[in-house]
Amino acid sequence: MADATNKPLTRVGPEGGTPVLLLAEYDTPAAVMHAAEKVRDAGFTRWDVHTPFPVHGMDKAMGLPDSRLGWIVATMALIGFSTAVSLITWANVVSYPFIVGGKPAFSIPSYAPVCFELTVLLSAFGAVFGMFGLNKLPRHHHAVFESDRFRAVTDDKFFVSVEYADPKFDDVRTRELLESTKPNHIEIVEDNES
Amino acid sequence: MSNDGPIQDIGEKHLVVPGTTFRKITEAVSRVTETPAPRGWWIMFLTALLFTGVLGAAIGYLFFRGVGVWGNNSPVGWAWDITNFVWWVGIGHAGTLISAVLFLFRQKWRTSINRFAEAMTIFAVICALIFPGIHVGRVWHAYYMFPIPNSMAIWPNFKSPLLWDVFAVGTYFTVSTLFWFTGLIPDFATLRDRSANRIRRAVYGFLALGWRSSNRHWQNYERAYMILAALSTPLVLSVHSVVSFDFATSVEPGWHATIFPPYFVAGAIFSGFAMVLTLMLVARSVFKLTDLVTMTHIELMNKIILATGTIVGYAYAMEFFIAWYSGNQYERYVFLNRAFGPYAWAYWTMISCNVISPQLFWFKKLRTNIPLTFVISIFVNIGMWFERFVIIVTSLHRDFIPSSWGYFHPTPVDIAIYMGSLGLFFTLFLLFIRWVPMIAIAELKSVLPEASAHHHADDHHGHDHDHAHAAKAE
Repeated sequence: MADATNKPLTRVGPEGGTPVLLLAEYDTPAAVMHAAEKVRDAGFTRWDVHTPFPVHGMDKAMGLPDSRLGWIVATMALIGFSTAVSLITWANVVSYPFIVGGKPAFSIPSYAPVCFELTVLLSAFGAVFGMFGLNKLPRHHHAVFESDRFRAVTDDKFFVSVEYADPKFDDVRTRELLESTKPNHIEIVEDNES
Repeated sequence: MSNDGPIQDIGEKHLVVPGTTFRKITEAVSRVTETPAPRGWWIMFLTALLFTGVLGAAIGYLFFRGVGVWGNNSPVGWAWDITNFVWWVGIGHAGTLISAVLFLFRQKWRTSINRFAEAMTIFAVICALIFPGIHVGRVWHAYYMFPIPNSMAIWPNFKSPLLWDVFAVGTYFTVSTLFWFTGLIPDFATLRDRSANRIRRAVYGFLALGWRSSNRHWQNYERAYMILAALSTPLVLSVHSVVSFDFATSVEPGWHATIFPPYFVAGAIFSGFAMVLTLMLVARSVFKLTDLVTMTHIELMNKIILATGTIVGYAYAMEFFIAWYSGNQYERYVFLNRAFGPYAWAYWTMISCNVISPQLFWFKKLRTNIPLTFVISIFVNIGMWFERFVIIVTSLHRDFIPSSWGYFHPTPVDIAIYMGSLGLFFTLFLLFIRWVPMIAIAELKSVLPEASAHHHADDHHGHDHDHAHAAKAE
């Protein structure tokens, strides 16, 4: 596609928008993976890969650090466990102690089920809502949705998007970089936002 | 690197029919929610809805008149209410087993059936949760079950297994729902992107939370999914263990047994797989999903039914042995009475359905026979209901004082509420099948051979990534 460099790219997006993204479309996981490696090696930071399913090895191809979600979940697990211990101790040892079945008010074995369940419950909240937080979801507006071709990303197409806001971004050279990865199609996505 | 393909040497088959493409999966699964429902769906849905109405009416009558409208008596204080509760919770367990435990064990065949099974879990737990709520008698005091500060300055008893149940089943329901919804986000995005009209686009778009299939998102998403699976695995084992504590921590002969937690968990998985099969065999043929849910899936599930059914049979035998070995005359009597007393009919129904019928699955011909699988799955559902009935009612109906011995007869209200809970379950399930992708689209695509970016690459490839990554980090 190198000979086509001079042809103007398709522009999609609302009237009067400014260019926000360069969006390149690929057919296979292997193609998008190689493209991702090239973009990574060129030192871009504000870019993304979009795939219909998680592609194994893509995190390395993009040079992403490990997910921080585990720390959120671990914190929530501790909060869940200590909430359960405090709740039971307050309720059945301090505020309203009573003897059932000859067991003392403070009876550790009977703590186990509720402590376990609350630990799991809060950890699960941490996993799901922590994931939303790290991914900044829900976010119903995003420039990529301006592209009609992009709707195939949840079916069988693979995309690389590079933001104009990236410090390394250059109108000509970024386009050449993406074209060298042999995409099906490249387009400029415009949006009204900043 | 091609570790996603089947291992032919040990007889593994392709997870979906070879030649299936990404597009084909999207089409086959989404189509169900986009085309008008087949007539069969409407017939089933309206029937189920009718039964749900019966449930509502029966519960209304129960609230109006009190629990005396049930057949429960003294000494049978727990009967169909708790039988139904335990039965429904147990059915739910297969969903979590498929979605979480098989996920952790990298059993990729689960991918075709996990969405389905998770939905079943949620709806079964909803049905289960009805029963403890309505059996308390004065339902307007049901909030006593929760540790809510109140003007009476009293708190629930945290040493009671009934309270543990509140936490266990409540957590189970919440975590299962979160797990299910998390799995659905990318598939809602698929429906959003395919939608032809604005209402669908708005509704599925809202549910998809603006998912844009970003790999930065997939990274956290996959981690969240794995953590949820790791949390759900001990959770599912704990839930039925806690349910069994309701019985095991009492001093009632027939209930006071340390074998209960593992025995209940095995029974739960057994009944749940049977229910998954019952539902799946119908949905698969009605909605023509035979390429995605293959005979391999059915056969593997039948093997699990055989394994868990055998564990359950072992537990029945062990209960008898321990009753004799304990030397406790009350314990011995309860078990002899179960097998040969007034409830012998229920006991032997249970044995025939749960222990004998799954043994047919030792034969490959029989476990790959779809009509037979369907019939046995129904038998197992019936058998597992009787198991709970036998444990609860036969242990209670002849207690320590012969003068207070009794017999339990269900009333029409008992029957209406049970049938109604089935109606509610099927109503929810049919709505799910109609409006939600019933097979995990994104996940199923990821097990296709084409999904691997490496399947032509050599082993040095991964090393290159590491190297480049390290170089960049400097």
